[in-house]
Amino acid sequence: MRTQEQTVRELLDLAATHFKVDRKGLSPGDDIFQKLGIDSLQALDLLTRLERHFGVELPDYELQGVSDFRTLAERIHVRL
Amino acid sequence: MIRTKLDAGVLEIELCREPMNEIGTEMLSALEGIDFGKARAVVLHSSLAQGFCAGADLRELYHAGKELKPAARLKGVRDFLKRIHAFLSRLDEAPVPTVAAVHGAVFGGGLELALACDLIVADRSARFAFPELRLGLVPGFGGLPRLKRDVPNSLVRDLLFTGRSINAEKALSCGLVSQVVAEGQALRAARATAAQMGKFDAETTAAAKKFVKPFPKAELEREMELFLELFQRPVVQEALRKFVEAKGPMPYLP
Repeated sequence: MRTQEQTVRELLDLAATHFKVDRKGLSPGDDIFQKLGIDSLQALDLLTRLERHFGVELPDYELQGVSDFRTLAERIHVRL
Repeated sequence: MIRTKLDAGVLEIELCREPMNEIGTEMLSALEGIDFGKARAVVLHSSLAQGFCAGADLRELYHAGKELKPAARLKGVRDFLKRIHAFLSRLDEAPVPTVAAVHGAVFGGGLELALACDLIVADRSARFAFPELRLGLVPGFGGLPRLKRDVPNSLVRDLLFTGRSINAEKALSCGLVSQVVAEGQALRAARATAAQMGKFDAETTAAAKKFVKPFPKAELEREMELFLELFQRPVVQEALRKFVEAKGPMPYLP
């Protein structure tokens, strides 16, 4: 069973790999959209990859009020 | 806007209107010009990397209507809906098999376009949504009767009342989509499917299609009237304005 910190790490790894940004430059408290430089369509793409990686269904509205990676990881973690 | 080609009896309709194949008057005129006549099967797809289709051209809808008096605005929308319904009915009831090859966003009118086809083949990036409630509307291109035809009502309620998008695997599990393939492979798979479906006796296929694929005429008309009734409310113009003027990163998220 993953810990929450593991979920955060995997989220950061996945985001860095998929959007080709430097993993060392990503921290849990970073703003997702700013750091990754993505728009809403790319955010949906990220959602798809997260769902597949973690084996969960993550409704888009769960992204409301989420700006940083840690909060997103929390939203994922509660569905594991 | 769109390109068509006929290859070994399969008519391919390629949507290619940047940025996301939004369905406005120009796209509609292009679709209306399509002749299914010589085809043995049809494949509908998008050549835009961003996705299949994000739905109605909300910018055009807002800007075309904002200076008009309500009655004129309503007439304009009614005329547009009648035209898109006529095209989608022609696609829905085409006497040849039809396949939508989808990827990325398949939202609103884009989902309605795909639902008019006999089968949907999706790649793993595809996401499906009916986000219309966020605009104070329901789908107006015939999406609800066609969705109800294919999936359980519980999923119809989920998609409509939450406005959320579902991924391709979920869409497969509930019967919305017939195949899920690797990213970038939906068109290839749709071509193979169309070629297979086009092999059989055309008259038999046409008769079988008429027998197994119900055409929800009365519900389509009721959905259109419901859409027009809802459209007249000020909350809709305000929601359209907000969508058009949004600068944030999340216009496609509910």
